[in-house]
Amino acid sequence: MPALKIPTPLRPYAGGESTLLLPGEDVAEVLEAAVKSYPELKKHLYNDDGQLRPFVNVFLGEENINQLDGLDTTLEENDTLLIIPSIAGG
Amino acid sequence: MLPELSHEEIHRYSRHLLIPDVGLEGQRKLKAASVLVVGTGGLGSPVALYLAAAGIGRIGLVDYDVVDFSNLQRQIIHGESRLGDLKVESARDRLLDLNPEIQVDVYNEFFNSQNAFEIAEPYDIIMDGTDNFPTRYLVNDLCVLTGKPNVYGSIYRFDGQASVFNVDGGPCYRCLFPEPPPPGLVPSCAEGGVLGVLPGTIGTIQATEALKLILGIGEPLIGRLLLYDALDLSFQTVKLQKNPDCKVCGENPEVTELIDYEAFCGVPAHDQEEGSAGEEWDITAQQLASNLESGKALRLIDVREPHELEISHLDGAELIPLGQFASRLSELDSSEEIVLFCKAGTRSIRALEILASAGFKKIKNLKGGINAWAESVDPSLPIY
Repeated sequence: MPALKIPTPLRPYAGGESTLLLPGEDVAEVLEAAVKSYPELKKHLYNDDGQLRPFVNVFLGEENINQLDGLDTTLEENDTLLIIPSIAGG
Repeated sequence: MLPELSHEEIHRYSRHLLIPDVGLEGQRKLKAASVLVVGTGGLGSPVALYLAAAGIGRIGLVDYDVVDFSNLQRQIIHGESRLGDLKVESARDRLLDLNPEIQVDVYNEFFNSQNAFEIAEPYDIIMDGTDNFPTRYLVNDLCVLTGKPNVYGSIYRFDGQASVFNVDGGPCYRCLFPEPPPPGLVPSCAEGGVLGVLPGTIGTIQATEALKLILGIGEPLIGRLLLYDALDLSFQTVKLQKNPDCKVCGENPEVTELIDYEAFCGVPAHDQEEGSAGEEWDITAQQLASNLESGKALRLIDVREPHELEISHLDGAELIPLGQFASRLSELDSSEEIVLFCKAGTRSIRALEILASAGFKKIKNLKGGINAWAESVDPSLPIY
């Protein structure tokens, strides 16, 4: 199953997990599966219109999914998706 | 014309001069360079220290804050003897002790849209060592509008990020994060904490990138974002693309002057906790103490994380961490008086908002959190 790495600021909303293994053929399905398992993640990933929030950056390997096929980007069994959080500490 | 080096300087910088990529000419470039460090906190400390040691000829420091005891766990430019002093003055004295050959300018000011252009004007490179979203967007937009490199670093708990924005047609901070997160969604270090060493790792990377830019060597983090996980001890870089629709550096920019960044982000431009939800919603520690003493029926809800109970707790309080708040509303009854509290009053305001939007009316926020209680009601509790 593809893996989704959860950044530290979002872990409280994902049961404290750092990595989730989730079923899905593409990015949208994997994110949906994450939200289904952890409903509190939803408002952190999606806005009210169901779009990914503009500050939520999802990467597959080195590439932003926006440079691939966005939410339709297909995933292999061993792919790891990475959510890059907006953090501001200094 | 690059400035000459004195014999003393040649002695001081000999380990640089021995590296062919730096050499005498490189060291003279460093002497000719000027760098502005915005924020003299966790990141600003190592950034400024290493830039000063490396012989950057002119360093500017901007900060409006004073040195606090809780800074010393990570802000290594300051010391206990400087508690209560202006951070820029404490930092300047430390830098000049390290390297009296350089010029250090201090700006004991709140860096904002009114003064940013003037403060930044003399400097070649801007180092983002700020601790909040409004100032990060301000630094970015300033750099785009003035064509200066923005050497970015950011930290939270065990996670760090670094990049070099706005250089050689590369992306800017807004290309990656077009909008800030809604207020309260991403905790600050004052709320969530940060490993004290982490800014050392990220700040030294920022300083490295500034030196590379000045020397014109290596591959700076342009169009790349470095992600550091201190727990896994892993470094990863991802590719960043310039966003043609970016509101400040895109093809048709909408942001052509500095804006009101606190309004844009919906939060104040610092990471200190205000702790007040407004007079209507606040209850002070003294008021709460007298209510409890008079036997008034109320539910005291602690919205901190479980591990914080070991630091301090209030008798009779029930724990519902903020992260679980929305899903545990059924445990609360809107007919009861409810007082919410956290460490200093930031998270409890979020919880208050959740309750208010669920129709609760008899709710109060303990102003200043359990720290205020420790300060004014029960001095046996520590302040953290």
